[in-house]
Amino acid sequence: MPDPVPEVAPRPVDRQPSRGVPDPLTRRSVAGPLWVAGALALLAVSMVAGLLGGAADISPRQVVLQVVDWLPLVHADSGLAPVEQGLLYEIRLPRVLVAAVVGGLLAVAGAGYQGVFRNPLADPYLLGAAAGAGLAATVTIVLLPAPAATIPVAAFAGAVGGVLLAYALGNTAGRAGGTATLVLAGVAVTSFLTAIQTFVQQFKVEELQRIYAWILGDVGGGWAQFWLVLPYAAVSSVLLLLHGRMLDVLSVGDEEATSLGVRAGRVRFAVLLAASLATAAAVAVSGLIGFVGIVVPHVVRRLAGGSYRRVLPLSLVAGAAFLVVADLIARTVIAPAELPIGVVTMFVGAPFFVAVLRMTRQAAT
Amino acid sequence: MIEITALSVRLGGREVLTEVGLRVPRGEWLAVIGPNGAGKSTLVKALMGLVAHRGEITLDGRPGAALRPRERARLVAYAPQTPALPPDMTVFEYALLGRTPYIPYLGRESRRDKEITASVLDRLDLTGLAARRAGELSGGERQRAVLARALTQQAPVLLLDEPTTALDLGHQQQVLELVDRLRLADGLTVVTTLHDLTVAGLYADRLLLLAGGRAVAAGEPGQVLTESLVGAHFGAHVTIEPGPGGRPVVQLVRGGP
Repeated sequence: MPDPVPEVAPRPVDRQPSRGVPDPLTRRSVAGPLWVAGALALLAVSMVAGLLGGAADISPRQVVLQVVDWLPLVHADSGLAPVEQGLLYEIRLPRVLVAAVVGGLLAVAGAGYQGVFRNPLADPYLLGAAAGAGLAATVTIVLLPAPAATIPVAAFAGAVGGVLLAYALGNTAGRAGGTATLVLAGVAVTSFLTAIQTFVQQFKVEELQRIYAWILGDVGGGWAQFWLVLPYAAVSSVLLLLHGRMLDVLSVGDEEATSLGVRAGRVRFAVLLAASLATAAAVAVSGLIGFVGIVVPHVVRRLAGGSYRRVLPLSLVAGAAFLVVADLIARTVIAPAELPIGVVTMFVGAPFFVAVLRMTRQAAT
Repeated sequence: MIEITALSVRLGGREVLTEVGLRVPRGEWLAVIGPNGAGKSTLVKALMGLVAHRGEITLDGRPGAALRPRERARLVAYAPQTPALPPDMTVFEYALLGRTPYIPYLGRESRRDKEITASVLDRLDLTGLAARRAGELSGGERQRAVLARALTQQAPVLLLDEPTTALDLGHQQQVLELVDRLRLADGLTVVTTLHDLTVAGLYADRLLLLAGGRAVAAGEPGQVLTESLVGAHFGAHVTIEPGPGGRPVVQLVRGGP
């Protein structure tokens, strides 16, 4: 028998007590640096581990002392023999630094693309950068007699060319600056350039191994590789980091961003430019290293919140740490042989990614 | 405050608005009503400079076409029909976006921007939710968060496209009362599209009835909400009687049209 008199309750008020976060003004300013400090510590540990990796008789303490000794105006005695010092300085240190720079670039570019397209599946290779670089590198390997030094240059040009092609196609096919057509154009360009690349590589089957070795990625190019990528890395990542607040504004949609006085098309173009430059620089020196640009920003977002002002810098640092560790695994797990680093990022990244997704979904429900 | 003359908008080769004119004095509330597809949202978007148009739009005595986006954003705050609240952003971060027209392109918010945002949240009873993620808000809370973002813009004109869609009766009243209070306290000029005619007549000073992209009637609620006008342009069979306070109450007649 239902109650004839319905219970008249006062309409619930939306206001609810805050959950132990007293002052929103200070919340960001406390949490932000903490996360960055944590990520930097992670990066430092991974870099020391990267310097240690593979050697049986160098201790972590010696590595730290040796790193301190390399710093200008500081002297520390690591007790390492000159041969060991040379090994660390000429081989391991540039390798760790290249891995860090490339990982940081790919992750921060991925975060930038995800912000521009407001799509969690966007990655650094979305707009044809990978396919363009792959084609250019393949053509260089197949056609030129001594291509080792020219591959990065060709790959860089190919990556930039792929992105420009996709951008031009996206703008002529649809409304200028619209994101959906741009993504579709990227898909079309990628398929087309990959088809040409496959066609070209069939001409010299004996070069297939070199082509695949390049495609699967390598960060062992020494100091030359590091100095080659550094200027592009600096320019593109500074540009991206500066756009954090603008990407937050874009995340409310184009119309609302416009109503806030922001020219959405211009912001998008600037971020695409910077992210594509970062991608091209990373691809040029290290080949196609997959998954970093998707996994790292997502993990960062899940753990530290969605504001791009936090996601961009944390992705840069965490991406660097991730690739240093991936490289360490790549050169130790089947030592003395090496795995391609791209295999490791996908092999380790995919399950890790799924684990983080599951973990945070459970926490949310 | 707002003056529009002979506004026409073409979208996808179709004329959505034809020669619409309107005038809203400072501090007044205008509700734009009309059947689905009449061009209500397009009118609001034209005011925001979001769609290309012919005709003149004057905001605060200045021609709209000459306003730079940032200048326009300091004059007019806009809340769309279905606002996108980034689920990972906190209410405070979201409301703070309203300060964008005052912050340089690559700059960051000042202490003052944060204080203004905090005081707006306080006025809207949102302080307790400031650190809550937008994805965890209820419908009524979302609508207030969107209103908070619009108010931190500190613009003299508030454009709200269907601010009460998807809200229950109590939350509709809460949002509209809030807008009314803010309008009276700050002297805001308010333009809303509203699909509930009785509600529109209850809150707005003046109504503009759009049908087929044309302004077919404008004036005080009693002049626009008549059985013949509503019957003709909505294709609805209604009775309209003055309610308490003299504002018209629109009721459907069962069995019509």
